[in-house]
Amino acid sequence: MSTVLTASGPDARTGNPLLNLFTGGGRTRRLMWLLIGIVVVLAAVRVISGENELTSSSTIAAALLLAVPIGLAALGGLFAERAGVVNIGLEGMMILGTWGAGWAGYQWGWGAALAGGLLFGAVGGLLHALATVTFGVDHVVSGVAINILAAGIARFLSEILYTDNPRGGGVTQSPALVGAKPPALSLPGLSSGPDLLGDLEGLHWFLISDVAGVLRGVSHEVGVLTLFAILLIPATYLLLWRTAFGLRLRSCGENPAAADSLGVPVYRMKYIAVVISGALAGMGGVFLVFIAGIYRENQTNGRGFIGLAALIFGNWRPGGLAAGAGLFGYSDGLQLRSRSAVVALLLLVAILLVAVAVWQFVKRRLVQSVLAVAVAVAALAGFLTIDVLPPGIVSFTPHLTTLLVLSLASQRLRMPQADGLVYRRGEH
Amino acid sequence: MSFVRRLGPALFAPVLAIVVAVVISSAVMAALQVNPLRVFEVMIDFGETPTQQINALVVIINRAVPLFLSGLAVAIAFRMGLFNIGVEGQYRLATIMSAAAGAAVSLPGPLHVVFIIVVAMLVGAFWAGIVAVLKVTRGVSEVISSIMLNFVALGLASYFLTGPFRGSEEGSQIVGTTQIPESGWVPGLNGVLSALGLASPPRQLYGFLIIAAVVGVLLGVLLNRTRFGFDLKASGLSPSAASASGVNARAMVIKTMLLSGAVAGLIGLPDLLGQTHAYTTNFTAGLGFLGIAVALLGRNRPGGIALAALLFAFLDRALVPLQIADFPASVVTIIQGTIVLAVVVANEIARRLTRRAAERGGSQATGTVVAGDGGTGPAQGPPTGPAGTTDERQGAQA
Repeated sequence: MSTVLTASGPDARTGNPLLNLFTGGGRTRRLMWLLIGIVVVLAAVRVISGENELTSSSTIAAALLLAVPIGLAALGGLFAERAGVVNIGLEGMMILGTWGAGWAGYQWGWGAALAGGLLFGAVGGLLHALATVTFGVDHVVSGVAINILAAGIARFLSEILYTDNPRGGGVTQSPALVGAKPPALSLPGLSSGPDLLGDLEGLHWFLISDVAGVLRGVSHEVGVLTLFAILLIPATYLLLWRTAFGLRLRSCGENPAAADSLGVPVYRMKYIAVVISGALAGMGGVFLVFIAGIYRENQTNGRGFIGLAALIFGNWRPGGLAAGAGLFGYSDGLQLRSRSAVVALLLLVAILLVAVAVWQFVKRRLVQSVLAVAVAVAALAGFLTIDVLPPGIVSFTPHLTTLLVLSLASQRLRMPQADGLVYRRGEH
Repeated sequence: MSFVRRLGPALFAPVLAIVVAVVISSAVMAALQVNPLRVFEVMIDFGETPTQQINALVVIINRAVPLFLSGLAVAIAFRMGLFNIGVEGQYRLATIMSAAAGAAVSLPGPLHVVFIIVVAMLVGAFWAGIVAVLKVTRGVSEVISSIMLNFVALGLASYFLTGPFRGSEEGSQIVGTTQIPESGWVPGLNGVLSALGLASPPRQLYGFLIIAAVVGVLLGVLLNRTRFGFDLKASGLSPSAASASGVNARAMVIKTMLLSGAVAGLIGLPDLLGQTHAYTTNFTAGLGFLGIAVALLGRNRPGGIALAALLFAFLDRALVPLQIADFPASVVTIIQGTIVLAVVVANEIARRLTRRAAERGGSQATGTVVAGDGGTGPAQGPPTGPAGTTDERQGAQA
């Protein structure tokens, strides 16, 4: 019901309601509608399926925890791509970040882990900048090479430094991190102490408990660094869209020749952007290390790539990529919390697709409408017949979500004009 | 001489890249107190007896065959400017499906092998086809979608292996599919080695080598000698020019990805049909990603890819001896990664050098017109220009 409401929302000209809400103008109200819609539909799905994990505070907390690394990688991608450098190497920079965090963290605690991750990620970014900006290598090729190289470097360094380490660790993991974890905050009264939200959540009332669960999830024991990472999103918006530095950086991604003619040091701006990009991706890796308390090989598990997808889904804007990261973090958190709750997502998909079908029908696009209904019926059948999905299938929930969302969304996106083009001074 | 001049620029980049990679990885090793000379010594030590040496060669070739196929799969898409990062998922899914299909049917000898090959190619093509369809209908970047499909394919493969296709008993150490009956195996080529008068090693040389060579030749002909190959290359070099000359860009994307995926489906088969005869939890992984490196190093040409595959296989062979000699085996990965990065940089430098040489040739040709004293200039210009550049090039190479 609510999605129909959002679909027939203010801007009736556009075809894709879901995406339009993230990218179009006059956003505040639409965003509000969307959030309300999502919570209402989720609450309904929870009540119908009886899967309380769908909106439990622990799922939301896990989603937040997992969304932050993806969001940081996406933010890194935003800096690079706004300056015109496609960064497929985010994954590799994230791998370097996890290794740096593990290495510094087991020796000097969490502050050093953060610094180590930032530094290692930035080195990866510097390498990408060197290859793409100075040597003019194809951006995707360089990124792929960095991904291969980063995995090799991490393994090599572990092999040398951890195999005979008295503190533990081995070829595939570092010794455990030392010292206290970064401090965490809770909202007093509401989500700690009397824990009113927790009590409310335990009642499992339609909508009210769901809202309580979501609120408790984002306010109970939230790390200071997590808060800092979340604040980086508005900070990035202000930096890139409200300062002269940001304007210059973005001009390199839109029309570097014009920027150059106006005196913007294009090469230097690209270098700065890509190094920041690497540092942010590395910071995403730091969060993964904090979650596990240790560096492990393959800890990133493609999150750099998911971050890139979040960036594209978010239309190369900070708010959009945050929404994308939240979505992927949620599907990741849910599959980790409960395999049966993932099945309930099928019901959610069915409901959303019925809404899409109605919308397409109203717009007299019968083929799309029928297609949406067919998939919705299939999803519903899946929901009714499957109890628990096997682990192999559940493991790729976030990746499949990414793919589905991208295939529904990507036609209305606009990337920076000169994104991915090699710029040589004087050749344009 | 002209042969050297033609091959020079093509060889310059890979050779430079390998030299740079060796220098950089030596520096890294030295910085971490590992003696690079000893490491390289272990790498080129093939053993004492002729049998050991031939065996090491067989190990290298056996590893090079799948790498060659993987490089080809990536290169087909690369030629058109498409990045098929999803080769990894395509071959893993194709291998498990064809392993299960091959174990489920009983057919006479060669037919059984052909059946398995066809199944693998179809699965690979299907998985790559999803990427192509999403690209042409929904505008999803093939890089992102193929990476996401890698994860989906690996998840599906692990589900199939532990679920419907499980052939090994409960509780066994390695989970695998049911063995393919012997009619579906590709026999080894050790008989050929003996016929050549070489010592027969304990390891069987994969018979799939011949199939891979045939695939390489066919693709070489298809890409260089047919209309399709020309359209493919044109679409990669200039999409607008290609579509202006009547190439349907969307159809090209789909055809190219299907072809790339079909070749990717073959990658797991040398191991599957020549050695393991079943898909297991520890089936060779990572070949798809290495294929990207191999294709880049081989500059997207079948001959170059074959050489690059041999080089990477040579490096991979060193993994076990390095571990035995107590060296960090991941040196191999570092060298491979550095080679890739170095080769793309070197390619770019080589491209710039050739263009600069061409520009200089052009400016000298016209330069005499501008700077020459009237009448004699135009007549002398054209002959001296190119000759001058030829001398310079020869001088640079000497």
